[in-house]
Amino acid sequence: MPEPTTLSYLVVAALLFVVGAFGVMVRRNPLVMFMCIELMLNAVNLSFVALAGELTDIDGQSLVFFVLVVAAAEVVVGLGLIVAIMRNRSSLTADDLAELKG
Amino acid sequence: MTDLVWLVPFLPLVGGLTLMVFGARIGEPRTGWLATLMSASSFVLTVLVYFDLLGMPAEERSHVVSLFSWIPVGSLQIDFALLADPLSITMALFVTGIGSLIHLYSIGYMHGDPKFSKFFLYLNLFVFSMLALVLGENLVVTFLGWEGVGACSYFLISFWHTRESAAVAGKKAFVTNRIGDWGVMTAMFVAFSVVGSVSYKAINEAAQEGTISRSAVSAIAILLFVGACGKSAQLPLYFWLPDAMEGPTPVSALIHAATMVTAGVFLMTRVGPVLAESYGWVPDTVAVVGAATALFAATIAVAQHDIKRVLAYSTVSQLGFMFLAVGSGAYVAAMFHMVTHSFFKALLFLGSGSVIHGLHHEQDMRKMGALRAAMPVTALTFIIGWLAIAGVPPFAGFWSKDEILLYVYADNRLLYAIGMVTALLTAYYMTRQVILVFFGEARWHDASGEHGAHGDFRPHESPKVMLVPLVVLSVLSVVGGGMQLPFSKDLHFLGHWLEPVVEEAERSIKGTWADENKYVLLGVAVVVALAGIALSVAAYAKRRLPAVEPTVLENAWFYDATVARLVGGPGAASFRGVTTFDARVVDGAVNGAGAVARGLGGVVRRSQTGFVRAYAVFIALGAVVLLAWFVWRGWLA
Repeated sequence: MPEPTTLSYLVVAALLFVVGAFGVMVRRNPLVMFMCIELMLNAVNLSFVALAGELTDIDGQSLVFFVLVVAAAEVVVGLGLIVAIMRNRSSLTADDLAELKG
Repeated sequence: MTDLVWLVPFLPLVGGLTLMVFGARIGEPRTGWLATLMSASSFVLTVLVYFDLLGMPAEERSHVVSLFSWIPVGSLQIDFALLADPLSITMALFVTGIGSLIHLYSIGYMHGDPKFSKFFLYLNLFVFSMLALVLGENLVVTFLGWEGVGACSYFLISFWHTRESAAVAGKKAFVTNRIGDWGVMTAMFVAFSVVGSVSYKAINEAAQEGTISRSAVSAIAILLFVGACGKSAQLPLYFWLPDAMEGPTPVSALIHAATMVTAGVFLMTRVGPVLAESYGWVPDTVAVVGAATALFAATIAVAQHDIKRVLAYSTVSQLGFMFLAVGSGAYVAAMFHMVTHSFFKALLFLGSGSVIHGLHHEQDMRKMGALRAAMPVTALTFIIGWLAIAGVPPFAGFWSKDEILLYVYADNRLLYAIGMVTALLTAYYMTRQVILVFFGEARWHDASGEHGAHGDFRPHESPKVMLVPLVVLSVLSVVGGGMQLPFSKDLHFLGHWLEPVVEEAERSIKGTWADENKYVLLGVAVVVALAGIALSVAAYAKRRLPAVEPTVLENAWFYDATVARLVGGPGAASFRGVTTFDARVVDGAVNGAGAVARGLGGVVRRSQTGFVRAYAVFIALGAVVLLAWFVWRGWLA
């Protein structure tokens, strides 16, 4: 088993990102869409850490903490919203929430 | 004590606001007494401030009380500041004093009116506005009061607004005043742009020290005079004042004597140094307009039949005298005449109100006559007012009018002659009024049939609450001349009192022919006044001469009708043109911009499908496009 290089980290990150992005676009369950967004965020985090190691620059690693904090806050708000909407409606897909269409 | 000068306008304001909120609950007589109390307390305060100022050395009698910073915008710093100096306190004294008497009188006059408390609400606000006007330290505070009296006069003139004529008269007063307001506003703008301040002190000092150009000084002076013409009913903007008679009589007294119309003369006196430093034609214009108005209005008064219209034209005429004085540089004389005029004109108006009240709202002098037996107190006090305005010594009006004519003689003989003719006409038409109302045969029996419902129609004397102000004012009309007697310098009480304010602008007539022969001019004035009275007696009491009342004068030289036709015909057409331009071109541009935005929005809105996943796709596509662009650029480089 060869030692993983920076490139292999980046490839994994790209794969994770694409999985997440497709998930957001094709799935209709808001919870799953939510998880996909988390996947995308963490893919970016992974590439940040990998490149920070490569460039021996601490900035990339510290930025990851910001992303984590923002993601946590986003989860709190997002889950709260989903639960609130679920209480008022029996079933829910993201396509049902189209009140703001032009 | 002087620091409390802000309470002077504040008390009537509190009274007005209280009546606005609780007026209906407080009920009829008490609202009147409350308003009177507020105005009277403010008078007492003014008297205290007066004595306080009197105790100071003459040159220190100018006290600024700044309440708060009102408009702090960059270099424009306007404080809500009041100025207590001899001029403003003189004005405040008679505004509150006579205002209080009119409040008291109104309790009797407005008895039983369904809008009793509202009337006193307006009266209190009127007094407040006028006090803000005279006590203002800068043009903006004055302008607040200036607009306030305009609005209050509108409310009060059209107080009985169910009457078509009253509603129209109120509108007329308001609109005509707006023309004058334009002048004041523009003067403020000019003052700010050239002086950088709107306070009277800064403007006057800039004018005296020559730090601003003479053209700018003249522009400020003439624009303020335009405003003064509107507010003080001078040619060519006089015509709202006679129509203001549609309001209840106490309102007429308030407008004509204590508040409103004196504002223009006050303003010109306040900016006296500006007027003095203007080009020569500016004060000349003021004097000529004043003289022309005085004569013009006096000729109209000769042929009026409405008891209040005669007095209204007489006010216009007397205000003309005051402007004549201001234009001739006689500021003390102008103020002197303003004060005495406010005594006897308030007296005459309240007296005429008493007559109207006693005759069940009959205002036509042809249906009066021989009322002195039925209304002895009203008749006696009215006669005192008549002698005062006609210029018979030793009543108040004689001294003030003579002082003005003295200065005018030194300035310009032609204007002096016009002033003399006006004085003759004044004595003539006032005598005519007294004879028609109080002497001769009783013509009001004829009216009893028309009244019908009243059945037993007899004139009656007014209640005490209305007679007390009449008596007080008649005493003032007798002794008012004592403020400024021509015999010796020591008797120039008003002159010495006002000296710190007006000394820069006051013209000196010392050593001129007029000053050295002032007793000759005094004698001429007496002869002219007596001649006017004699002519009138011959025409109306003895019937030796025909009564000259041509239709052209009865219709005010058709001036009003001409203005109405001009404004109604070409004026209205041009205004409609402006409206069309506004609706089509200006609004068209604005609405067109809106329509374009709406159309575009209508197209673009389709992209907002409301499906979250569609947005995700858009974002992804966008990201791909951006990425592609960066990659392509990198490849090119």
